[in-house]
Amino acid sequence: MTEQIRKILKEHARLAQDAHTLAEDADLYQAGMTSHSSVNVMLALEGEFDLEFPDSMLKRSSFESIAAIRSAIEELSR
Amino acid sequence: MMRVGIDLVRVSRIAESLEQFGARFLNRVFTAGEIAYASAAPALTTERLAARFAAKEAALKALGLAGRGVGWRDIEVLHGAVGPELRLHGAAAQAGAVELALSLSHEGDYATAIVITQLAFTRTGIAA
Repeated sequence: MTEQIRKILKEHARLAQDAHTLAEDADLYQAGMTSHSSVNVMLALEGEFDLEFPDSMLKRSSFESIAAIRSAIEELSR
Repeated sequence: MMRVGIDLVRVSRIAESLEQFGARFLNRVFTAGEIAYASAAPALTTERLAARFAAKEAALKALGLAGRGVGWRDIEVLHGAVGPELRLHGAAAQAGAVELALSLSHEGDYATAIVITQLAFTRTGIAA
């Protein structure tokens, strides 16, 4: 799952560094992701993992790192 | 207390989202009224959507809601008689705003929005 997340971040997050070398707990907003690119990341994650983020999860912390995205997906997949 | 929020959006990025995600992007972020208003001026549709996206982000900042889990459609831009206005729904409507003012602008590839609000109460632990 982490590799899929990294691939989506590489395509949609517009990070200043390669998403494949980013630490799992690195702050994606500090790495260059804007609020708008986080929407693209969210939509791409929904397509990739066939899920839908509810409004209650549309907060900054849900998408702030690779680890945070992974736990959000795991929570939605339960 | 008074709070202010500002956001700046590149119009071309909104165009890319529309190309990549189409109706999913449109319907997730914008209300039917916002889509209708933007679509009414085909030459300005993307600029209007970009300014509205900036307004939603500026409102999240002003209201201190970035860390709270609010859908974008819960912050709606209406086209009032004297210009754009904000209407809050759902969780955004619970943020304590007693006054809200919005100003939008776009030029070339950039759209921006400023929101000023008067909050009836303050919260702690806001990660705006």
